[in-house]
Amino acid sequence: MLATLGKRLATAIPTLIGVVIVTFLLTRVLPGDPAVYFAGPAATPQSIAEVRKSLGLDRPLPEQFLRYVGDLAHGDLGNSLSTGQPVVKELRSRLPASAELTLSGLLLSLVIAVPLGVLAAVRQGSWIDHICRIVATAGVSLPVFFTGLLLVYIFYFVLGWAPSPVGRLDAFATAPPSITGFYLFDSLLARDFESFRAALSQLILPAVTLAVFSLAPIARMTRASMLAVLSSDFVRTARASGLATRTVIVTYAFRNAMLPVITTLGMVFSFLLGANVLVEKVFAWPGIGSYAVEALIASDFAPVQGFVLAMAILYVALNLAIDVLYGVIDPRVRVDG
Amino acid sequence: MRAPTPIPEQDAGHALPLLDIRDLTVEFATRRGTVRAVRHVNFSLAKGETLAIVGESGSGKSVTSYAAMRILDRAGRIAEGAVSFSGLDLRAAPEATMRDLRGREISMIFQNPRAALNPIRKIGKQIEDALLQHAQVDRAAAAGKAVAMLEQVRIARPRERYHAYPFELSGGMCQRVVIALALACRPQLLIADEPTTGLDVTTQKAVMDLLVELTRERGMSTILITHDLGLAAAYCDRVVVMEKGEVVESAGSETIFRHPEHPYTRKLMHATPRPGVTLRALLPEGSGEPRPAPASAPDVDRQPLLTVENLVKDYPRQGARGALSKLWRSEPVPESDSFRAVDGISFSIGRGESVGLVGESGCGKSTTSSLLMRLIDQTSGSIVFDGENIGDIPARRFAKMPLRRRIQMVFQDATDSLNPRYTAARAIADPILRLGNLSGRDAVRARCEELAGQVGLPLDLLDRFPHQLSGGQKARVGIARAIALKPDLVILDEPTAALDVSVQAVVLNLLQDLKDSLGMSYLFVSHDLNVVRLLCDRVIVMQAGKIVEQGPSKRIMVSPATDYTRELLAAIPHPPL
Repeated sequence: MLATLGKRLATAIPTLIGVVIVTFLLTRVLPGDPAVYFAGPAATPQSIAEVRKSLGLDRPLPEQFLRYVGDLAHGDLGNSLSTGQPVVKELRSRLPASAELTLSGLLLSLVIAVPLGVLAAVRQGSWIDHICRIVATAGVSLPVFFTGLLLVYIFYFVLGWAPSPVGRLDAFATAPPSITGFYLFDSLLARDFESFRAALSQLILPAVTLAVFSLAPIARMTRASMLAVLSSDFVRTARASGLATRTVIVTYAFRNAMLPVITTLGMVFSFLLGANVLVEKVFAWPGIGSYAVEALIASDFAPVQGFVLAMAILYVALNLAIDVLYGVIDPRVRVDG
Repeated sequence: MRAPTPIPEQDAGHALPLLDIRDLTVEFATRRGTVRAVRHVNFSLAKGETLAIVGESGSGKSVTSYAAMRILDRAGRIAEGAVSFSGLDLRAAPEATMRDLRGREISMIFQNPRAALNPIRKIGKQIEDALLQHAQVDRAAAAGKAVAMLEQVRIARPRERYHAYPFELSGGMCQRVVIALALACRPQLLIADEPTTGLDVTTQKAVMDLLVELTRERGMSTILITHDLGLAAAYCDRVVVMEKGEVVESAGSETIFRHPEHPYTRKLMHATPRPGVTLRALLPEGSGEPRPAPASAPDVDRQPLLTVENLVKDYPRQGARGALSKLWRSEPVPESDSFRAVDGISFSIGRGESVGLVGESGCGKSTTSSLLMRLIDQTSGSIVFDGENIGDIPARRFAKMPLRRRIQMVFQDATDSLNPRYTAARAIADPILRLGNLSGRDAVRARCEELAGQVGLPLDLLDRFPHQLSGGQKARVGIARAIALKPDLVILDEPTAALDVSVQAVVLNLLQDLKDSLGMSYLFVSHDLNVVRLLCDRVIVMQAGKIVEQGPSKRIMVSPATDYTRELLAAIPHPPL
């Protein structure tokens, strides 16, 4: 098992090297000259040249790249030009916010979509199958910013049930001491239930927004793969040996049907990381997505590079986790490992 | 866990049949309306009796048994008739009762044993599931009972195999596990649905012998569903013959084979390959004039078309350490890293000769055919084709060479080897478009039609897709595709394994006719000596990667020189004729 893990980790290294190169090049070919941007509207060619020199942009590309890699090795992702803050520090404070939001959304959608998909498959053609189809279609056809705004309008503006959709905590609560960076966990660890409640009530609407979006692929995939497994030979064998319906569906069908769903889950997670950007904007969530978009608009290299790199690492880690999970569920994967 | 439903007292004085099916009609709701798959079927089965239901695909033999167990898919339903088991009306029984009966009183064995087992659950656990469901044992004793079951079906090292997953076992082994699963709760009736299709003859014999022994030991009744008359005759007391959803004949197995009454039964008997029967005699009487057998015996003096010398193919063993981890760990690897699938074989094929390559699965015959086809590279040895050592040409390059046209293949599974999105004409044209020298749509189409004519495929079927064709028609498309480039050597990899006997007879005859008219050489790969000898002048018998015997097929059938060949021959079940 450990050897398999090591092997999978080793295959991730070339991917990461590729990501480092691509992010570096990508930010250099993006339109907009950061030197012009930071020199200000009243800049003279001389002052622009000076800014360019101070940013190190006058050097040839390979040299810039070597410096970038050298800094990376020291855990230095550079400073944001617009905020002046080190990118690492910003990412460290914002990444947990995004992760908490994305994971809650994903968890919520799993809890709804998987049982829905299973029921839709078991009772194919029944009302629950139709509900599954409607929910799935509606979920993908509504853009996240629209769902988000709609939820804010109904639950905050009209009903007044939700707190104002600004940030991770309302103005009166204090952030719990940072241990994991996830407010829900940290507040529980600190036994600060007031903060927990505040964090949760801020989290619900954006998490629901993300969940609605990711419901469709998970529910559809669960349904399709459940249907395929239910008509397979071994489920027929299980039925022919008189096993209880519950055993047939849970132990025989569901566990086999989960394999493709787990793969989908990995993809959905990466979609969500993208969809996050808009949701964070709508709910003024201090996450990594909104940070990256602002930096991109400002032609601010360092945060964009840092963002892409962080996402890549996250994605590699996620895929690794999925591979490991796959190996746990499916003995056939373990052999090739 | 539910209390087991009481089973009505069996054999209360008067002899009640164990299973009685009266006037059974099963309907399927399909897109094109209701289809009656089984119509007014009657038969009954006494306690301890073994009954065979024989018929070709689509005859409704499986559907009948699924209906009896009430495990039809959602589209199917019993429209009419009655099924009673020990006097209990199975059609009216509530689902909970049926669930108790399944596995405990009536169990079933399916074809394709590997797919019939849950791929991600240990086989021991799967047997336990059935035992626990029917309250045969408590949780603590379940594992022991499961191991005992594995032992009864003669699985070596049962304690170890308890933890195996289906993919780690061979097909024959998986079928033993399925049998263990079916017999675990000591049912009274066992329904075996083509239990040995896809297994080679020796494994088939082992599985069938085991099945008969276990059921006899327990005084069980058995229904054997099969398309193989030989199998039915060898193992069953009584035979029911079904055609197109109806029972056409039902009699004791001695009687039915000696005096078949219904024309369909006679047709089936006729088409079954058996000792002493020529290829032409398999066809129904009066279908075309029996062509004179080709008088020209293969010219042995001439240079052979293909000569294989000391051919060896090693495969890396599964789970062998990769190169990377070998660098990390320098300790010697205890087991050899490779598996020798083909172990130094030498043989030749003459021009216009048909050579059979026979052996059990895993003996290396498929690897050999892939090597000759230049689909994979050999580890060592030479393959000389028409004077040129094609073994020197890497498989990767061979695909683009003009020589590729001269060696073609007909694949085992006619369905899976056709692109589902290509019409029959497009499939046949594929090699012409890739390697042929015909240009222009009309010329290619004309050639396709010519080929279709040669293989007896009606021209109006050329624009159909594979799913719209029958098994025999798909086999014809596969053959037309293989001969499209006028090859010198065609490798036939069990081309009739998936076909019904009557279709098999026609396809085998077609292959013979094509060989006679086009002057090709065949390498016929199969596990069934009885089929191979119909088509082949010479037979090569392989075992564990080595050739154990080769010679004229007549001689090998009559006086095999090695024990292994004798074993292969003895394993083929024959109707008592």
